[in-house]
Amino acid sequence: MTLHTRSVAELAAGLARKEYSAVELAQHFLSRIERSNDALNAFVTVTPDRALADARAADEARAAGRAGPLTGVPLAHKDIFCTDGVRTACGSKMLDNFVAPYDATVVERLHAAGTVMLGKTNMDEFAMGSSNETSWYGPVKNPWDLRKVPGGSSGGSAAVVAARLAPVATGTDTGGSIRQPAALVGISGIKPTYGRVSRYGMIAFASSLDQAGIMAPSAEDCALFLAAMAGFDPRDSTSVDRPVPDYVAELDAPLAGVRIGVLKEFFAHGLEGETGALVQAAIDQYRALGARIVEVSCPNLPLSVPTYYVVAPAECSSNLSRFDGVRFGHRCKDPRDLMDLYKRSRGEGFGAEVKRRIMTGTYVLSAGYYDAYYLKAQKCRSLISADFKAAFEQVDLLIGPTSPSPAFNIGAKVDDPITMYLNDIYTIGANLAGLPAMSIPCGFDGALPVGLQLIGPHFGESRLLAAAHAYQRHTDFHRRVPAAYA
Amino acid sequence: MNQNTLQEGWEVVIGLEIHAQLATRSKIFSGSATAYGAAPNSQASLVDLGYPGMLPVLNREAVRMAVKFGLATGSTVAARSFFARKNYFYPDLPKGYQISQYERPIVEDGSLEIMLEDGTKKTIGITRAHLEEDAGKSLHEGLANASGIDLNRAGTPLLEIVSEPDLRSAKEAIAYLKKVHTLVRYLEICDGNMQEGSFRCDANVSVRRFGAPKFGTRCEIKNVNSFRYVEKAINYEVVRQIDVLEGGGTIRQETRLYDSTKDETRSMRSKEEANDYRYFPDPDLLPVTVETAFIDAVRATLPELPDEKAARFVADYGLSAYDAGVLTSSRELADYYEAVVAVAGGPACAKLAANWVTGDFSGAVNRDGVEIADANVPAAALAGLLGRIQDETISGKIAKDVFEIMWAERALADAVIEAKGLKQITDTGAIESAIDAVMAANPKQLAEYRSGKDRLFGFFVGQSMKATQGKANPAQLNELLKKKLDAT
Repeated sequence: MTLHTRSVAELAAGLARKEYSAVELAQHFLSRIERSNDALNAFVTVTPDRALADARAADEARAAGRAGPLTGVPLAHKDIFCTDGVRTACGSKMLDNFVAPYDATVVERLHAAGTVMLGKTNMDEFAMGSSNETSWYGPVKNPWDLRKVPGGSSGGSAAVVAARLAPVATGTDTGGSIRQPAALVGISGIKPTYGRVSRYGMIAFASSLDQAGIMAPSAEDCALFLAAMAGFDPRDSTSVDRPVPDYVAELDAPLAGVRIGVLKEFFAHGLEGETGALVQAAIDQYRALGARIVEVSCPNLPLSVPTYYVVAPAECSSNLSRFDGVRFGHRCKDPRDLMDLYKRSRGEGFGAEVKRRIMTGTYVLSAGYYDAYYLKAQKCRSLISADFKAAFEQVDLLIGPTSPSPAFNIGAKVDDPITMYLNDIYTIGANLAGLPAMSIPCGFDGALPVGLQLIGPHFGESRLLAAAHAYQRHTDFHRRVPAAYA
Repeated sequence: MNQNTLQEGWEVVIGLEIHAQLATRSKIFSGSATAYGAAPNSQASLVDLGYPGMLPVLNREAVRMAVKFGLATGSTVAARSFFARKNYFYPDLPKGYQISQYERPIVEDGSLEIMLEDGTKKTIGITRAHLEEDAGKSLHEGLANASGIDLNRAGTPLLEIVSEPDLRSAKEAIAYLKKVHTLVRYLEICDGNMQEGSFRCDANVSVRRFGAPKFGTRCEIKNVNSFRYVEKAINYEVVRQIDVLEGGGTIRQETRLYDSTKDETRSMRSKEEANDYRYFPDPDLLPVTVETAFIDAVRATLPELPDEKAARFVADYGLSAYDAGVLTSSRELADYYEAVVAVAGGPACAKLAANWVTGDFSGAVNRDGVEIADANVPAAALAGLLGRIQDETISGKIAKDVFEIMWAERALADAVIEAKGLKQITDTGAIESAIDAVMAANPKQLAEYRSGKDRLFGFFVGQSMKATQGKANPAQLNELLKKKLDAT
């Protein structure tokens, strides 16, 4: 068995048995990155020195008897998480020169857990995109078919894990940015409950929706990492002070009797190709495994996309105001005056999609439009949350597709924002309601993977992970690796 | 005819927005220190600099102080209030938005009572008081072709206290401003330092014809940094607006700046040029919740408030409302006064003590710009001086000289009296011999007096007092002189 096709749990077990050292493991993945990253464009920064230093520290910790479950496991961070001393560009020319003097809480916790940082992954600019095509560093390629997008915004993290350039990668999810790319590259990815993982040091897109999570081949891998990431952080007022369950120990919770709701609204519109059939097959599999399948409805769910495209741009228009060329980031050459500094620094530093959303957000918050857009969107958000709450009185989990279609061609939707936005039609609801949700692979439409989405009630990560794990014990889609990277 | 009108037929309407910098040790959303005067940007953390990924965390101490203010003004303290973002671009506003409270402030609907010049009282409504963060400072001096930014002040907690448009003259506005100034210092929530900008004020001023149903168009005068300038700025603005209106013009709603060197207000920006701040709830912060138990705990820490203290001074010490008002204008002065009275022998000397504390003592404190706590004449020392007046060791007039020496040399009254030989002469024989000498030296005046020129009595008082170097007990001297002059 080759190292890179092992799961995180298997890699960790090998380290524990001293089958290989953390340094050897890091070198293995670094050489894979060296070989494949140019074609995939998945890493924007590779940190071999840092990786080897982390790995040596991990080996020393193990020798000293201080090793934990993740000690020596390599990982990649989405380039939205600030990393002390390593550039954090967030997919933007604006931050091409930005080196934070601090680690995000997620980075800090995973570093403290003994993981080994291989580098930072490509992403849509400021996490705004569903195909990774808005990145200043160019599109990421889908390892299953280099002509296809890997999804977004965590497209780099998705591709890195799918091609096994890293066993696991962090991601963030504001409207589906972990789940949709996980689906499009055939891996597992979890977006936890809003507030479960600290946002400190994570560059904000839409603060009330952003949530950090993890992308890995299997649900078990996700459980291992989420346990290390989650928990209260006094530096983030919206993080929740609530004990973190033992996700790994709870993976084997039985599926028998678990009520799984099939969301009617998720099947109302066109699912392309084999997606509908594959998701239906997965639902049948759950039934076969003992779950009770019930049809449920969240009638306001179709409002998700328009609601999201008011709330998220509104928040982003304010969050991105700090990028003004004054203290950090891109500054235009020879500004004539203050206005010129602002206009050219921002005009040059931001890409088209970011500008589109800043303008939309500024518009919906403007005097005279606030009530008609922002306030109305907040009301819709409450209705959607109430729908989910009612649904979770009937069922334990919700199930449906992650994305309406498998990966599409690079360039196919880039000129049509509305079509692009509809890619997130099934994922946005969980963000608006702050619910935990994950995507796991459930089959292939031709050569391209298809994702199955599971949504849980607030802080229902354990049940979500256990349900995904149960499915993965009976399927092997999550073990498949594109031939070129096997 | 209203006494407050500056020009006949016009009514002045003023509302104040006061920014009181809360005296917390650290900033409202970060752990940086708030001390004034540090090297530029030495007290600016990554949160204050608005670095990517940085998040605000509310300082509960600022909430406690706001609640204290709310309780002291009979306001409603909101069980849940919200922080909002006020969006605009400026180099000293690092995040591109100011975190403030907009739709639901922490304090609403209170009032304060002010005393007008004629002694009547007036209640001024407080619309709201909300928490917000201050911006930094842009520095334009001493830098060639560039501006500097100092973010030490960015994130300093402010309580913005908004009055109803209840004030009808600059004098009323000042009385209210001073009342708030006194109150925040009593509550120990703001140091009140106007030079350093920890207590500043914007005034909304409009005028209308008496009896007019609606308010006139208002202008906002920004950031005036002393009581005197607030008064002058308002008075200038009132005259300007009346002149415009009487000349047939209209007032534009605008923001104006007061120039103290020219004593005038100038247009800064009109309403049309004003920013659209695009307020919306800050998603990085949870609602501010204030529980009943917390309010009760804060209430238990409230000191005796200025009005309560003044009423007690009137009742216990028999002071006039005016004196009580002056003495309670600061907690330190009131405490000083009470300490003097306690040492000097209680309510019997309360009036004498009030005269000295509001008179010579306050005069010296203000003249030399010292803190009461650091004054060279501590309460016990002043009480000692009053004791020498009361036991007639010295006269009130000599006491003023003694006080100045005590103030200059940090000396005690008895030591000064002893060293300078200022002890009052009450020995009848000594006074009589001085009088005898004066009478003998001035036979012409004596003859004139005795022939009916009564007003020469004053001449003999002066000469006799001079002969004792001013030390003779005045009452005794008068009595003995009268007796001797009239004895024919």
